This record gives sequence, structure tokens and C-alpha cells, in this order.
Amino acid sequence: MRKFKSLAMNALCIACALLVMLPLVVVLFYLISKGASSINWAFFTSLPHGPNTPGAGMANAIVGTLILLLLASLVGVPAGILGGVYLSEYGGERMNRWIRFWADVLNGVPSIVWGMLAYALVVLPMKGFSAWAGGLALGFIMLPLVLRTTEEVLVLVPRSYREAALALGLPQWKTIMMIVLPTAMRGIITGILLAMGRIAGETAPLLFTALGNDYWNKNLAKPIAALPLQIFKYAISGFDDWHRQAWAGALVLVAMTFCLSLGVRIFSAGRFQKNT
Amino acid sequence: MTSNSVPTTPARMTNSSGSRGADRLFHLLCLAGALTVGVLLLLVLVELIKGSHLSMAKFGWKFFTSTTWDPNIDEYGALPFIFGTIVTSIIALLIAVPLSVGAAIYLTDLAPMWLRQPLTSIIEMLAAVPSVIWGLWGIFVLVPALRTTVYPALQKSLGFLPFFKGPILGVGILTAGIIVAIMILPIVTSVSREVLRSVPNLQREAAYALGATRWEVTRIAVLSYARRGLFGAAVLGLGRALGETMAVTMVIGNQPNISSSLFSSSDTLASVIANQFPEASGIMLSSLFQLGLVLLGVTILVNIIAQIMIHALTTAETRRVA
Repeated sequence: MRKFKSLAMNALCIACALLVMLPLVVVLFYLISKGASSINWAFFTSLPHGPNTPGAGMANAIVGTLILLLLASLVGVPAGILGGVYLSEYGGERMNRWIRFWADVLNGVPSIVWGMLAYALVVLPMKGFSAWAGGLALGFIMLPLVLRTTEEVLVLVPRSYREAALALGLPQWKTIMMIVLPTAMRGIITGILLAMGRIAGETAPLLFTALGNDYWNKNLAKPIAALPLQIFKYAISGFDDWHRQAWAGALVLVAMTFCLSLGVRIFSAGRFQKNT
Repeated sequence: MTSNSVPTTPARMTNSSGSRGADRLFHLLCLAGALTVGVLLLLVLVELIKGSHLSMAKFGWKFFTSTTWDPNIDEYGALPFIFGTIVTSIIALLIAVPLSVGAAIYLTDLAPMWLRQPLTSIIEMLAAVPSVIWGLWGIFVLVPALRTTVYPALQKSLGFLPFFKGPILGVGILTAGIIVAIMILPIVTSVSREVLRSVPNLQREAAYALGATRWEVTRIAVLSYARRGLFGAAVLGLGRALGETMAVTMVIGNQPNISSSLFSSSDTLASVIANQFPEASGIMLSSLFQLGLVLLGVTILVNIIAQIMIHALTTAETRRVA
């Protein structure tokens, strides 16, 4: 009887694991079956058109997403890395615990709230939606992610490296810049890629910051298109043609985020060996 | 996460060796980087409070109890959205937590060694699928399937309950709950896995030695030990569920209703902000800011609780090992 119950519960756990993975399989199946047929050369080179006009694409949205990722990195990466350096190299135990704690809490703040902050800080004073605002909103999301992963990899740099550099008379800031950071560079880049993967698909914070744009953005103080925004607009529209393009855009977006996580695996390959 | 503390002795050594302006500057720069975390939190609180000033002045506490949200008469109340947010999150947790804990048990205690890493990677990939794509899939795959087969069957068998009465639209509060459940599966699973892994093996071996079966080991030695951390994982999932925006907006129907039927359209704090913020102005914009403030306050609180519950276990654990 006890044996039987044990077996049954084990089977239940296996079923749970399968059910948890099922959505990924299902969504990938639909993305490929519905999206792949609408992907063609024009999709990557043309601007969006009205429904049922052949040769429409999302070129501006793809480039827009890349630009937003770059702007977000300008905000999130330097501050995140410096903060991570502080936690691992300077901060005292108690201070670190607080900063880590609040960084984790920040991580849990819904992304749409960061959009509201960027709206209040940039859109209202500049009296218009802009790429800057969108990049800033995404940068806010990126910052605590980069900070935490940077700290985690810096701690793995052996203490003897630092001591050797300091013993040679190198000031501490040079030790960090020339020894500690380069040693951990692989891990730091991993963290940045992870954070980019997380924000690449963010839509909510862009709705009222970057806004979206059907044309090329030539001025970062003006609205800019982004792939997730374009997918959202097309998905809730009433046109079959736009629905098809939404699936194609979704496939491209997922391919982008998966490529980023693949990049992570390549970059982190060395780190995990050291870790285990 | 692993415990991480690098001794700070090297810093003291260099500081004592005198005039190091560059060192001081770099130290301060790093400190500034670390403090941005706190600054951001303060900034977002201040800006949202500033933004909701008009609405607070006009509606006061009535804002939280009023069920009217009507731009035509400029009357705004938060209750329908608070209701929608709580109900979708409860549905999501009811579905996601048992599944995630089951999967986490499989991943830490049952699965063959060679399978554990690949399966964990698959679950991480699930987390990488953006919200808007779940919404797209929800609109075109999940909603039709629920409307034509699942919901009618539910109504037929359980229609005597108030939850399953009323017209079936496909979109609605239950659909949103299901989508959110899918979206929080990865985080609840991976945190649960982390928690279960921090249960010392000694604990398991002792139970085995007493002749326990595999399931008894899990139940007695592992689950009871990790209960608090698992609760923390669920609370963390709750935090994510409360703030889910895009997928919810796309499948919930976007109507400020309070209804006992789970098939009816609804709206959440995050989804109404996503829908109405871009075109709002004046008192409406201010009311939306106040909804954002409510959302921020609740998610901060929930995340603080989650962090405390998860770390209480893992740090106690490292202390014991060290």
C-alpha cells in the first residue's frame, strides 16, 4: 500500500513536470506553424502597410527594438556594474544585505510601473512620447538585474588575484578595472545578455513611452517602433492579414530572445565549469 | 542564490597608504551605482504619489470603495480593478503552485541525473517567452478552445455554482487567470527547486534509513522542512501575477465589472493602465497614476514578504553548513 502510494505520487510529480513544460511546446508549435509562412524578405526590409497590402514588413520595429535595447543598456549597464562592484569589493555585510534585498524587491516591481515613471520623468516634461523615454523605462528594469549578476560573478574571482595586484602596488581602483573586471568579463556579459533577453519582449512599459511608429525613427526625441508594440497592435486589430503578421513578428521576437539566451549559454560555459 | 561575501580587508590596506584621490572617487562612484537601487525606488514612489495628487484630493478614500469608472462623468473608483487583480491572481496561484511544486520535486528528487539540467533549461526558456506572445496565443488559440469546448463543459457539469453561470465569451477573468498561471509557472518552479535543493541530504538519508518510501521521504523530510521557502516561492509568484499586464489585457475583456461569474469580462490594475493611460489626461490620468501607486505598493509589500520567507530558509541553511 505504501509502495503504491509512493509510486502514484511519483507519477503525479512527473505529470506536473510535463504539464509545466507543455505550454512551451504548444506555443512554439503555434509560432512556427502560424508565423513561419508569413516571414519573407519583405518582412525584414519593409515598413508596415495597411492591411492586405502585399510587401509589408516590420523592419522599423526590429531596428527600433535594437535601438531601445541599446538605450536601455546605456542606462542599466554602467550603474548596474558599478553597483555590483560596490557590493563585491567595497560594501560591508549589513549594507550589502540591504542593497541586495532592495534590488530583489525592485526586480519584482511590475514593468508597467517603470513605464509610468519614465512617463513622469521624460514624456511629461518633453511634452511628447520618445525613444528616450522607452529606453529609460527598459533601463530601469535592467539595472537591478545587471547589478545582481555582476556581484555574483565578481565574488567568484579568487581573492588571491586582488591581493597579488595590491601587493604590486596597484591602487584598488586599478586592481578592479584591470584585474577583477576583466577576469569576470565573461560572466558580466552573460548577465547583460540575460537582462537584455528579459527586456527585449517587454511591451507594457513602452505603451506610453516609446508609443510605436509606422515609419523610421530619425530622431530619438520622437516616438519609435518596437517589435512587441507592433505585435500587440496587430494582434488586437480586426484584420486577418495583420494577425498573420503578428504571428510572424512573434516568431522573430522569440527567435531574438532565444538567441540571447543561447548567447548566454555560450558565454557562461566557462563560468559554470568553475562553479561546480 | 549562493551566499556571497568577499572580505573587505584589501580595501583597508590601500586606504591607509594615503592620498589616493582616484581611489576615493572610484569608491564613491561604485557607491552611487549601488545606491541607485534605493534612489529608483524612492523616485518611483515620489513620482506616482505626485501623479495621483489630483485624484487623491478629489476622491479621497472613496477611491478604493467606489465601483464606478466612467470617463464620461469623470468619476473614478479602483474597486473593480482591485477585484479583478485579486481574482486573476488567486486563480493563477491555484493552478500554478501545485504544478510548480510537483515539477520542482521531480527536478530535485526524482528525475534521473542526466535529465535534470536539460529540463531546468526548458523551464527557463518558458520564462523567456514575452508576455505579449502569450497574449497573442491566448487570443487566437486559448480563447477559442476555451469558448467552444472547455467552458461549455464546465458550465454543464458545475453550472449550479455561481462561478460558472452566465454567458460564455471566451475572454474573461478565468481565461486571464489561466494565462497568468502559465506565465508564473517558471518562476515558481525555479524558486521552489532552489528551496528544495537547499534541504540538506542528511534529512533525506535519515528518512530513508527509517524505511520510508520515496514519497514519504519527500513528504516528511523534504516538504515539511522546506514549507516556508515554498510558501515564499508562491508569494513571489503572486507578486508576478499581480503585475502581469500585456497577456491579461489581451484576454480579460477589459470591462470594469464585479461579477461572481468567472466567465465574465473584467479588468485588472495593470491592464486598465495599459489600456487607458496613453490617451488619458487630467483627473483620469491622475486616477490611473493612483492605480499604479496601489499596484506598486502591493507588489513591493508582497515581494518583501517573499524575499524574507525565501532567504530565511536559505541563509539559515548556509549558516548551518558554515
